[in-house]
Amino acid sequence: MKYALLIYSQLNADEYGAVLDATRQADDTDGPWVKYTRAARDAGVLVGAEQLTHDDTATSLRHQGGDRMVTDGPYMETKEHLLGFYLFDVDDLDTALDWAKRMPTHPGQTIEVRAALSGLPWQRALAD
Amino acid sequence: MAAGPGGLAGSTRLERAFREEWGAVVATLARRLGDLQAAEDAAAEAFAAASVTWARDGVPPNPGGWLTVTAWRKAVDAHRAAGARWTSIDPQVLGSVAADARTAPDIAETDMTETLGDDRLGLIFACCHPALAEDIRVALTLRFVAGLTTREIAAAFVVPEATLAQRLVRAKRKIRESGIRFTVPSAPGRLAERLQSVRAVVYLVFNEGFASSSGSSLIRDDLCDEAIWLGRLLHRLMPGDAESAGLLALMLLHASRRAARLAADGRPVPLAEQDRSAWDSALIAEGTAVLDEALVLRSPGAYQLQAAIAALHAAAESFEATDWPQIALLYRALARVDPSPVVEVNRAVAVGMADGPLAGLAVLAPVLASGALAEYGPLHAAHGFLLEKAGDSERARGAWKRATETLDNAAVREELLRRYVEPLTERNPGPGVENGDAAP
Repeated sequence: MKYALLIYSQLNADEYGAVLDATRQADDTDGPWVKYTRAARDAGVLVGAEQLTHDDTATSLRHQGGDRMVTDGPYMETKEHLLGFYLFDVDDLDTALDWAKRMPTHPGQTIEVRAALSGLPWQRALAD
Repeated sequence: MAAGPGGLAGSTRLERAFREEWGAVVATLARRLGDLQAAEDAAAEAFAAASVTWARDGVPPNPGGWLTVTAWRKAVDAHRAAGARWTSIDPQVLGSVAADARTAPDIAETDMTETLGDDRLGLIFACCHPALAEDIRVALTLRFVAGLTTREIAAAFVVPEATLAQRLVRAKRKIRESGIRFTVPSAPGRLAERLQSVRAVVYLVFNEGFASSSGSSLIRDDLCDEAIWLGRLLHRLMPGDAESAGLLALMLLHASRRAARLAADGRPVPLAEQDRSAWDSALIAEGTAVLDEALVLRSPGAYQLQAAIAALHAAAESFEATDWPQIALLYRALARVDPSPVVEVNRAVAVGMADGPLAGLAVLAPVLASGALAEYGPLHAAHGFLLEKAGDSERARGAWKRATETLDNAAVREELLRRYVEPLTERNPGPGVENGDAAP
């Protein structure tokens, strides 16, 4: 069963930028997130993972009436921002929650765990 | 919402047995189908079929097996009729279910009774999963493990039936879609965490009945009975778990005082003044025996400590002759395992009885100063009790008054008001309401 572990943070765009700069400069090849990602890969449960730009720079496409309108900004302005995700393939919710608990998160961050659906017609196109 | 058999109020032994079968059938099907809704629907159909067939042909030799196999067949039929509605069901499992039900019901029966214990536990663990909101864990457990109807649960918790039904539908969908399994967690750390949640749900049901603030007393008593029934089931299925035994012992020992807690006219009676001959000696004996079983396992915890405190009360000839120094020590141990200001309030009363009111007031002082429990009635009741005992009637009266303003149980509030605030009595009262002493 696949689970998306969505990482939400309260950092604003400037704070997030500073964190990213520091992370790039430190270039720590054995930091907590490196270890975590390696552990997930070695356990054979990691399907994918991405870190996103801040939603401050998001572009949204709204389908309204017959039109598709491009707007500057995220779908919804919120205090918590989706900044990244891991995609795991594990047996059950408990195992997914275990991986969520192992994440080296900071206070203020929230991990939303969402199970992925399977067996839908469009998903057959992925296997083609 | 499909109705389970039996009723909450005044359920007979037969109804109880019937409901136990309900839980067993749901457990077996849920485990195999991975879907509580499908299990519930099939179980309801099987029970409906039983009421017709058994009335006509008599009760079969193995009623439980009959119900399970019938429910199984209904589930297979429903699946065929609905196409692939249950996307979460492994087609292989369903194939084997169908084969069993069609060709070899006897084999299916043996197989099912062998794993029944695991099925029951698996269902309990799913219903009490920490990923579900606490109140819905309670409702799921009462509905599917204890076999209460949605109407009965709604009445017990004073919520509209439609609201509860809707929340149950959502919870069943979450269990199915989010991958909550009907199995006993195998990793020791996870098992411990999940068991804690199961015990908390059972104790919540008990306290809702025991220290209630709303609903009729008849329903309240029944909730206590349901909780004890669940506690017995958990203890039977996990005999090696000391805290589950401790929880059962705690509930039995508290329930033993039930008849003495209310006067004939419905007024609450403090522990100090309860007629101890009205305490249920059978429940005390059972509770003490279960506690002894737990202590032998040498894995202490909060439920066992509270049960030990309740056992000391149960063994005492009178309020004054209670082993207060030992109770004070147990509260100290409890404060270490599970620190909370509520435990400190209870410890203060015990210390006050063991070492004098001034020692008790010293324990209470930091709790009062912190303001954490400013709206907690039993704190002020305990304060009043200790001040009164120390001879400071004037300030005691103020504390009692504060207690009446903060207690949310109307009957207890009125009783406090009648006794301590309106006419200031000269006698030395017990530590207010029993709830304050009983339930951290």
